Amino acid sequence: MTATVATPPDPTSQLDADGQAQWQRPALLTFLGDTVLIFRRQLRLSLRNPAWVIIGLIQPILYLAFFGPLLARIAKAGALGVSAHNPYSFFVPGLLIQLGLFGAAFVGFSIIADWRAGVIERFRVTPVSRMALLAGRVLRDVVTLTVQAVVLVLAGLAFGLRAPVAGVLISIGFVAVVGVTLSAVSYAVGLLLKSEDALAPLLNMVMVPLMLLSGIMLPMTLGPHWLRAVAKVTPFGYIINAMRDAFAGHYFNTIMVEGIAVSIGMAIIFLWLASRAFVKENA
Amino acid sequence: MSIIEAQGLARTFTARKRKVEAVRGVDLTVGGGEIVGFLGPNGAGKTTTLRMLTTLLRPTAGTATVAGCDLLRDPVGVRRRIGYVPQAIGVTAGGTDPNCTVSEELTIQGRVYRMSAADTAARVSLLTNQLDLTGLESRQCKTLSGGQRRRLDIALGLIHSPAVVFLDEPTTGLDPQSRSNLWEHIASLREKLGTTIFLTTHYLEEADVLCDRVLVIDHGKIIAEGVPDELKRRISGDVVTLSVNGDSGRAEAILAGYPGVREISVDGNAIRMTVEHGEEALPGMLRTLDEDAITLKSIQLARPTLDDVFLTLTGRSLRDDSPSANGHPAQSQEPRPQDDELADAGRPGRS
Repeated sequence: MTATVATPPDPTSQLDADGQAQWQRPALLTFLGDTVLIFRRQLRLSLRNPAWVIIGLIQPILYLAFFGPLLARIAKAGALGVSAHNPYSFFVPGLLIQLGLFGAAFVGFSIIADWRAGVIERFRVTPVSRMALLAGRVLRDVVTLTVQAVVLVLAGLAFGLRAPVAGVLISIGFVAVVGVTLSAVSYAVGLLLKSEDALAPLLNMVMVPLMLLSGIMLPMTLGPHWLRAVAKVTPFGYIINAMRDAFAGHYFNTIMVEGIAVSIGMAIIFLWLASRAFVKENA
Repeated sequence: MSIIEAQGLARTFTARKRKVEAVRGVDLTVGGGEIVGFLGPNGAGKTTTLRMLTTLLRPTAGTATVAGCDLLRDPVGVRRRIGYVPQAIGVTAGGTDPNCTVSEELTIQGRVYRMSAADTAARVSLLTNQLDLTGLESRQCKTLSGGQRRRLDIALGLIHSPAVVFLDEPTTGLDPQSRSNLWEHIASLREKLGTTIFLTTHYLEEADVLCDRVLVIDHGKIIAEGVPDELKRRISGDVVTLSVNGDSGRAEAILAGYPGVREISVDGNAIRMTVEHGEEALPGMLRTLDEDAITLKSIQLARPTLDDVFLTLTGRSLRDDSPSANGHPAQSQEPRPQDDELADAGRPGRS
């Protein structure tokens, strides 16, 4: 990216003249380059303090260990309408989504800390792409989430999960796309609210019903008609159904199309909305 | 050649369906290589003006050119050419991540200004040297002292050798030693690199020591501007105190008619006067008194402070609003725009 630019002999010289060539870079390249810069900074910070990455993993693994065996028993009794010989292919996709819901949705707290430290403002005064301030962070969260998802699937294998590799990869892809949506929304809302006290109840109010209605723990088909109707209008159920089909090795059906459409559609819409919060003139 | 030029810059906030004019038509010109101080109490509109000039806040009216770029049409051009050091104490802090190391912060700063890795490394080593940060490169920001962190904030604002630097309350919250140390660094910026510096402060000493020119802002308008010395002289005159042997009443009668004497008061045998160009008037005064055989015990000539200037201009002391150096940091910051509204709204009731 910088190969075409002549290096000024004196590092104290004003940047204007030598910087010109680089300012002419296409906007997309600038955005991507800045995204990588911010991504690397945020990733380095995560690695420096990996406690949150580990804490985020502990919860689904606890579910796997302490709730999974109960579910497996019930499934074997045939009460759930899920595969009796491989109940974990039903359960692990749910935990993957739970990981995404609670891992990515709470990143908004970190943007408030960044704002309070003056980091956001400092970067907003530089020529850095403001959209990259969001995209670099979202990318870091997606990478973190993907690593967590891989660890969770491996733990699931230890408990008796059996699933095709392609299906697992597709499911992790779904988790990553859900991560994009939730992390972008969380950052935007955090940046708009600028208050942890306002963000925490808001997230709980939104995320808990969304999680319950997505059928993470039990299939929604067990529910009464009205509950299924409510669940139909929330997005995560479609995604989780597609993930369960992928784990079962069914890749080409309407459930998969619905899952892909909902997850990618949400990611595009919310990424766009969130980027407006980052790009707007005043913040 | 002017590097900052603003005409009619204004910013209105709407709070609870009420319009609050935080800044109401600021005109200002800053020449290349000048150090200009923006002086005013909390809520006067200092930070709001600075945030407009640095592209953080869009003006509701007015135009400005900063470093040759139009503020409204080419904000990215402005950003490329300016350095900005935010206030360190307040709702938001100076801009460093507590868990990043000094060299990480400086390096990414260079990279977001599109400097090559090699240029950035050269600048980082130069700046760490110039701002006494050598040896701290691998320390996390949270482990730095207040003065060190502030010097890092300034180094971040300078990484791309900007032609103009905006410093928002550069020394607020620092102890006196760190403060005068930082003053030296700021002064040497201009001396060595010719950098233009625009700073806000509510420390009068700071404006006095650092600035070539001072703009005084109050209620969102610039109410006075000038060289600190000239401003002080123009507005208040010098304070001359003479202690006489014997009859101070007779001396008072003589001096009251002396050209340039504005106010005169007697306390025992001390005569206190406000005199225009006191240092020039004094020899003549002494001669006149001598001719009338009045002898003196002591002579005192005091320059008015910018605080006196502010008092004369606004009827309020700047110190009423400004925090003491060791005061309460939570109250010491200039309010952000949201708070500006409250501060302004509450102003009519204030004395």
